[in-house]
Amino acid sequence: MGQPMVRSELVCKDFGALRVLKGISLTVGRGEVMCLVGPSGSGKSTFLRCINHLEQVTAGRLWVDGELVGYHERGGKLHEMSAKDAARQRRDIGMVFQKFNLFPHLTALENISEAPIRVKKQKKAEASERARELLDQVGLGEKAKAYPAQLSGGQQQRVAIARALAMDPKLMLFDEPTSALDPELVGEVLDVMKELARGGMTMIVVTHEMGFAREVADALVFMDGGVVVESGEPREVLSNPKHDRTKAFLSKVL
Amino acid sequence: MAVSHSGTGEEAGTGSAGGPVDSGPELIQAVPLRRPGRWIMAVLVVLLLGLFLYGVATNPAYDWGTFGRYLFDQRVSKAAGVTLSLTALSMFFGIVLGVVLAVMRLSPNPVLKYVSFGWLWFFRGTPVYVQLVFWGLLVVIYKQIDLGIPFVHQFAHIKTQNLLTYYWLAVIGLALNESAYMAEIVRAGLTSVDEGQDEAARALGMSWGLTMRRIVLPQAMRVIIPPTGNELISMLKTTSLVTAVPLTTELYSRTRDLSVETFNPIPMLLVASAWYLFFTSILMVGQFYLERYFARGASRKMSVRQLQALANAQAAGNQKGLI
Repeated sequence: MGQPMVRSELVCKDFGALRVLKGISLTVGRGEVMCLVGPSGSGKSTFLRCINHLEQVTAGRLWVDGELVGYHERGGKLHEMSAKDAARQRRDIGMVFQKFNLFPHLTALENISEAPIRVKKQKKAEASERARELLDQVGLGEKAKAYPAQLSGGQQQRVAIARALAMDPKLMLFDEPTSALDPELVGEVLDVMKELARGGMTMIVVTHEMGFAREVADALVFMDGGVVVESGEPREVLSNPKHDRTKAFLSKVL
Repeated sequence: MAVSHSGTGEEAGTGSAGGPVDSGPELIQAVPLRRPGRWIMAVLVVLLLGLFLYGVATNPAYDWGTFGRYLFDQRVSKAAGVTLSLTALSMFFGIVLGVVLAVMRLSPNPVLKYVSFGWLWFFRGTPVYVQLVFWGLLVVIYKQIDLGIPFVHQFAHIKTQNLLTYYWLAVIGLALNESAYMAEIVRAGLTSVDEGQDEAARALGMSWGLTMRRIVLPQAMRVIIPPTGNELISMLKTTSLVTAVPLTTELYSRTRDLSVETFNPIPMLLVASAWYLFFTSILMVGQFYLERYFARGASRKMSVRQLQALANAQAAGNQKGLI
């Protein structure tokens, strides 16, 4: 299997005096799906945002595909990364947000083709063609010209997934992708994600959907208070939690 | 709740495709609420307006004959052209500078931030009339510009008098003053865009500049345009102050000068007002279309055309369901 896709060693994150992550160490292999679960405020989202450097790690080390995130290491010292280099790193990491964050002034198709055209300098026709394929893939082929405000939450989130995929990422990060959706719309988004996982995409998913974790994930990590409390094979952790805090949490969500 | 489907079978197909849904209960046709207050108000307004217009028409002070003779006088229409070009150029440079200043103010670079703040502080803090007087005095205060190493060696001298005409000094004066106001308008627009937009763009690997230009600014335009239209209209009239520079070829100064000919300033003021009103009316129409363009995607309300398409699809679906 070689090098893992994501490796974190004792990653800490401080916001001012507040320590939100207190030494997270974990590894995600290529093609693996990892679900991060835990109560709100446990640091799951912060950790996810550290992986593509939307938040800067304060202590510890984090690598994506063997490359240190957010810093250059030279002569045993860390140097802050330039904005340009950080942007280059993010290019290969797709991210899907809880609130979709689609660009409201662009159509579904333009949302998807914007970054390939502007960042990867693809030809407009080529990028639009690929965007159409991706829309088909998430089941929204006929919505190419719709603006985000004219789409349902589930449709918006599927466009957001297609938008991230358009950059051909090697890793996809999902930050509670179904938490803002009406219950009947959750399924359509999860289906797209399952399809992705089956296609071999490496994914880290912050979620409260235990069914999804059980069915799709290779690993389940339970976080609380900024630390990893328990991790392992999802079915094992879900049906046989070792730790009291895990048990207490699961009893509330299952 | 009981759901009734009666009528769907018999009536569908009779209605034209695209009309209102052809099934279901009869459309409500209620007697409209009576609003006598509105009628009384309207009559009063018309009455007062009529009285005022009668006064205006019969009062000899307005001297409508002179007004008519000078309204399309070439000297006046030329001056109107100067006013327009002054407005357009000052607004153009004012907006460009304003966007730069706003972006500087929000940039992570502290040097840019404070330079922008200092600029704003100065140009917003002094009256535009005083600024224009100073720009006029520029050629007196700085008689020549020396290029070279300060205090050591100069290799070129440029007489400021040859460099800038009063016209361009007026443009500079108006534009710099305007840039400070535009900067605040643009800044308000930029900060109104949701933080998640910036994050989503960055997560896609877009640089700060690209994010600003392609994602944040276009969305900010919705907030920026209405007050900018306001500024534009205000600028049209502020150009009458360039007499302070002194530039006297624009609409207000020119009509005032012409009143020497007519021995009555009032009809000439009316001539100037008529031209200003004409221009602002055109600008208001332009603003309407600009606002509509930048509002795209902002509302989930559908256009008439989109609604018609959906209604057609619905009607087609009803038909298919029957067969």
